[in-house]
Amino acid sequence: MMNRSPMTDSWYVSNFQLMEKHLNGEAGTHIHSIRKDAISRFAQLGFPTTRDEEWKFTNVAPIAKMNFKPVLDLSHDGVTKEDVERFSFGGLRCTRLVFVNGHFSQELSSLGSLPQWAKAGSLAAALKTDADAVSEHLTRYARYDDNAFTALNTAFLQDGAFVYIPDGKVIEGPIHLLFISTKLGTPFLSNPRNLVLAGENSQVMIVESFVSLDDNSYLTNAVTEIVAGDNAVVEHDKLQAESAKAFHIGTVHVYQRANSTYTSNSISLGGALVRNNITVVLDGEGIECTLNGLSLSTDEQHVDNHTVIDHAKPHCNSHELYKSILDGRSKAVFNGKIFVRKDAQKTNAKQTNKTLLLSDNATIDTKPQLEIFANDVKCTHGATVGRLDEEQLFYLRSRGLSLNHARDVLTFAFASDIINRVHVEPLRSQLEGMIHARLQQGRH
Amino acid sequence: MLEIRNLHAGVQGNEILKGISLKVNVGEVHAIMGPNGSGKSTLAQVLAGRETYEVTQGQVIYEGKNLLEMAPEDRAREGLFMAFQYPVEIPGVTNTYFLKAGLNAIRKHRGLEELDAIDFLSLVKEKMKLVGMDESLLSRHVNEGFSGGEKKRNEIFQMAVLDPKLAILDETDSGLDIDALRIVADGVNKHSRKDNAVIIVTHYQRLLNYIIPDFVHVLVDGRIVKSGGKELALELEEKGYDWLKDEAENVTVNAQESS
Ligand SMILES: Nc1ncnc2c1ncn2[C@@H]1O[C@H](COP(=O)(O)OP(=O)(O)O)[C@@H](O)[C@H]1O
Ligand SMILES: [Mg+2]
Repeated sequence: MMNRSPMTDSWYVSNFQLMEKHLNGEAGTHIHSIRKDAISRFAQLGFPTTRDEEWKFTNVAPIAKMNFKPVLDLSHDGVTKEDVERFSFGGLRCTRLVFVNGHFSQELSSLGSLPQWAKAGSLAAALKTDADAVSEHLTRYARYDDNAFTALNTAFLQDGAFVYIPDGKVIEGPIHLLFISTKLGTPFLSNPRNLVLAGENSQVMIVESFVSLDDNSYLTNAVTEIVAGDNAVVEHDKLQAESAKAFHIGTVHVYQRANSTYTSNSISLGGALVRNNITVVLDGEGIECTLNGLSLSTDEQHVDNHTVIDHAKPHCNSHELYKSILDGRSKAVFNGKIFVRKDAQKTNAKQTNKTLLLSDNATIDTKPQLEIFANDVKCTHGATVGRLDEEQLFYLRSRGLSLNHARDVLTFAFASDIINRVHVEPLRSQLEGMIHARLQQGRH
Repeated sequence: MLEIRNLHAGVQGNEILKGISLKVNVGEVHAIMGPNGSGKSTLAQVLAGRETYEVTQGQVIYEGKNLLEMAPEDRAREGLFMAFQYPVEIPGVTNTYFLKAGLNAIRKHRGLEELDAIDFLSLVKEKMKLVGMDESLLSRHVNEGFSGGEKKRNEIFQMAVLDPKLAILDETDSGLDIDALRIVADGVNKHSRKDNAVIIVTHYQRLLNYIIPDFVHVLVDGRIVKSGGKELALELEEKGYDWLKDEAENVTVNAQESS
């Protein structure tokens, strides 16, 4: 294989063998045969290079050249309830699943408010207790045959979140999946794998947040699969706010059935290199799919958002709005693919990408990719790249605001458009606070 | 309060203001009139600190300070206010947030305590009544989707809240119906006191039926070609600007002869 990087492959392959020893007793299970298949696929694929079309603007060589040690067990590594509190959006009380370096911690989680009929817990446990539901869906949407990171995640698939909402049920508050990374001695791989199943006519809000306790270097390689049943309503907020030295590859696959509504708000604030993949398959009529994204980057940060919306059936709407705010020498990538299959007549798809450049040295690569095979559809896309508006700056200053304050106000206004789409109020206020803090910090 | 001495300014080598001199004392109301394109807005913007315009010659002294060296926000904090001819829309920023930020920056500069939300709101409500502005506009984004008249009222409302020492109103009357014009004029008259000054920039004299200026200046082609009392406005209403344009050409000829 052209892309092969044997050194790293053998690192993960030998760590896979260590994991196998560690997992004694699982060798004959279905899931383990998938793991074995995935590691061999990963070994064949190797990490992608910029020659790979999907990775043209994002060079993962910094990831490929490091040996991240897969974390095989839960170890709290000093994470306390107070730490969890800090990452709880101002003390939001809700069902909260806490993961330390990718492993579920019962002790730090709060499951008290979860209704009896719903399930929210660790995937490791669900592999045993809900084997049928899990095996029906797990790895079905997030394919690993052509994606090295998904293959890597699947090879080391051990734990993550499992959420199940039965038909006709509505979960009132959000379910918070909190992924905390600690400071282990060596660079490590946090490898959470999540599965969210929302039954017919159900409703659920999932908030995923990825945070770091220290400013250490590690790789989060998360994969989340979500199924929205007929007429289900799923809101999915993702906050990536990890250390400036962290690498984050987050892959989300959503499978929507008829008349369901899926809304994703993906906010990226941290990390050295961040790649968010979202793929949504609209496999039924009357579906609404909304993907919103916001990234703030500075210094040498690199943030890449890759989205795929696959209109497979007629009469569906998709709306996509991604915004980036770039400072320093940071780089952003937006790649928005929309497929409209032959059957998907009366599709209405709208994609917008807006970039605000705060510095002369920041760059954005934006690429819409519309592949339309139906003839009676409405698809629009647009991208803008701009700086703060001189006239608006002057207006604010002419009323007494300092230049810096005026800049912050306008930058915040640019971001608020996305923030305001987050329905979980405490998360929204937290995001506002974080963005204000980031703007202040950007200036010292 | 304000002294402009032989001010020349332009954009990219294109001179728009060609030597303006003007003195405004505290307690006075001045009107600057002139045909479209004569440089009225340019003068207002230069005084407010718009960097688009390059000052190539001359001086502006404001309360003993060199105004042209000051950043726009410092001019505002020192009590200068310009009502824009075309107020810009700022999506995502509410009118309240914006005005409170401005007011508190100005108060802080003056050594006053910043207003909290409650005091700010009561001040704002009082001033809104003054300009007959609907309270719903407070929570709206700055000028976004405002009608022409609402934008102009919003400017006068901001003036009333910020209480500047020198207010420059650029065509605040244009686009207003007669009722709105009266309300705006009323707001300006209430604001105008012995301890402040107002410069009204206008193309038409009709606003001057309601706000009586102490002095009227006529700006043609970047120069003040005539100054006088309030009667000059009436004369302009009758005769238009054409007779003065000839005068402006004479000024040009004279200027060339003397150079
Ligand atoms: N930013 C600018 N760039 C180029 N030309 C300008 C700019 N602003 C004003 N001008 C020109 O300067 C002249 C005076 O404009 P302005 O000050 O707006 O006049 P008024 O307000 O009296 O109608 C006009 O010819 C106008 O086109
Ligand atoms: Mg004008």
